[in-house]
Amino acid sequence: MNVIVYANTNQNKVHKSAFEATSYASQFASKHGGKVTALATAEAEGLEELGKYGADKVLQINDSKLADFKPELIAKALKAAAEAEQAEVVVLSHDLSGKSVAPILAALTKGGLVSGAVDLPNTDDGFVVKKAVFSGKAFAHTKINAEMKIISVMPNSIEKKENSKESNIESFDAALGDSRLNVVEQKMESTDLPLTEADKVVSAGRGLKGPENWEIIEELAKELGAATACSRPVSDMDWRPHHEHVGQTGVAIRPNLYIAIGISGAIQHLAGVNQSKVIVVINTDPEAPFFKSADYGIVGDAFDVVPKLIEAAKEMNLASN
Amino acid sequence: MKILVCISKVPDTTAKIAFTENNTKFDTNGVQFIVNPYDEWYALVRGLEIKEAQGGSVTVLNVGGAENDPTIRKALAIGADDAVRINFEAKDALATATQIAEFAKAENYDMVLFGKETIDYNGSQVGGMVAALLDQPFISNASKLEMDGNKGKVERDIQGGKEVIEVEAPFVLSAAKGMAEARIPNMRGIMAARTKPLKVVEASASADATEVVSYELPPAKGDVKLVDADNPAELLELLRNEAKII
Repeated sequence: MNVIVYANTNQNKVHKSAFEATSYASQFASKHGGKVTALATAEAEGLEELGKYGADKVLQINDSKLADFKPELIAKALKAAAEAEQAEVVVLSHDLSGKSVAPILAALTKGGLVSGAVDLPNTDDGFVVKKAVFSGKAFAHTKINAEMKIISVMPNSIEKKENSKESNIESFDAALGDSRLNVVEQKMESTDLPLTEADKVVSAGRGLKGPENWEIIEELAKELGAATACSRPVSDMDWRPHHEHVGQTGVAIRPNLYIAIGISGAIQHLAGVNQSKVIVVINTDPEAPFFKSADYGIVGDAFDVVPKLIEAAKEMNLASN
Repeated sequence: MKILVCISKVPDTTAKIAFTENNTKFDTNGVQFIVNPYDEWYALVRGLEIKEAQGGSVTVLNVGGAENDPTIRKALAIGADDAVRINFEAKDALATATQIAEFAKAENYDMVLFGKETIDYNGSQVGGMVAALLDQPFISNASKLEMDGNKGKVERDIQGGKEVIEVEAPFVLSAAKGMAEARIPNMRGIMAARTKPLKVVEASASADATEVVSYELPPAKGDVKLVDADNPAELLELLRNEAKII
């Protein structure tokens, strides 16, 4: 089965999640046969690297209408690429771009979509994909019955594996029509590492007592090579920017390491982080519910524990890893 | 503005998640059902605010059986004018979207609003599908929506930031945090909800593109391993040598 991958780009760079999606497609194609074709809708740094993770070919559309994020046009482009490559499977990332593009593509192709896949398809009996449901409290094995199979992959859930291919970048033309969205302004965050793509996250809550105390959180994050996040009350009180809010109403993340400092662990917060591989909780209250979901914990005062952690991280020279 | 808000019925956030019939069915025993929070807090409330400012109507729509009616009444208590339930078991997103689009097509809504995802299947699927089926623009994960006549100004979350967009009605939008503040229904709203119209529409033909074959609970977490607060360095040693993640 040939596979199309949406290589999402932003600000002229290929996203890390696009490499994950490419590796997902390549691991599937190696098992079942078929070619992997990545489609990028802009010129971007890193397109040639898609071959390293298994893309047999990279298609690139040059259309000024795609300079801003136009999900409908991207869905049309993916449909055209799937037809051109006789692909029956399309893989995207379940990030903010995939969440917008994948359902449109499914409706245009009458395809079956599994969003937020956490494992490769199982084809023992049909085409079954495992995904997280109930905000990370369970998994569903979902069978796709439609001819076109669309999978959006949960960021950080599939290990990127190198599988070098001699892939060429070819230009691709498709009739996309006009977009009915007029983008008038972009406000990009200054961070290089979107929270959903970070391997490690250091997060803090009300226990930090005020925005002026975030220096130790940022420093610990820097020493660990982690992104920073926060709980809902912290973002509601404007101690931290809203895009850092993780939890049910904020962003859901799935890092390898989640360190929660001064966060009690309400169920709404857990819904956004419970799929993290390892959870560390630092809290003064030994009865904080978060300890029940944690792998490691320290019962102690953040203002005492965190500076010591920073010192230890410096001694271990973790930042250079 | 003629506004349609699509609402889903989901288990309460704190509900215990369990399965029956050999892990093929969600166990509803003792589960409290609510309107999906993103549909209620953001899509419905913003729809009501726009109606209050500009006039018009807000209809809520649910796809499901008669057991969903009490949940639909909750949305009416918050302030929707009337409700529609399409009598169809919503198992697959594309089939559900097809039902909604078939109904909405004839009604000429200025906007169809959704929450960004449901807290049960976490799909983020139906809104985008309805947009494509109606051939209307789709704005996902919107955190602001201002209307000036039929011109909308929307702020949406994109990967790595936000975008401000202009779009003309009709459109389909999924709402995220920032869009509105949750409203608590008052006694008058709850009383009025009992007599507001709830129309039941028979389903049209559609095929399921996907089906859940089984569910699985994640393995139980072991006990937390506590590290002494006087020696946090040990935590980093454990993360390096035991968990092998730093």
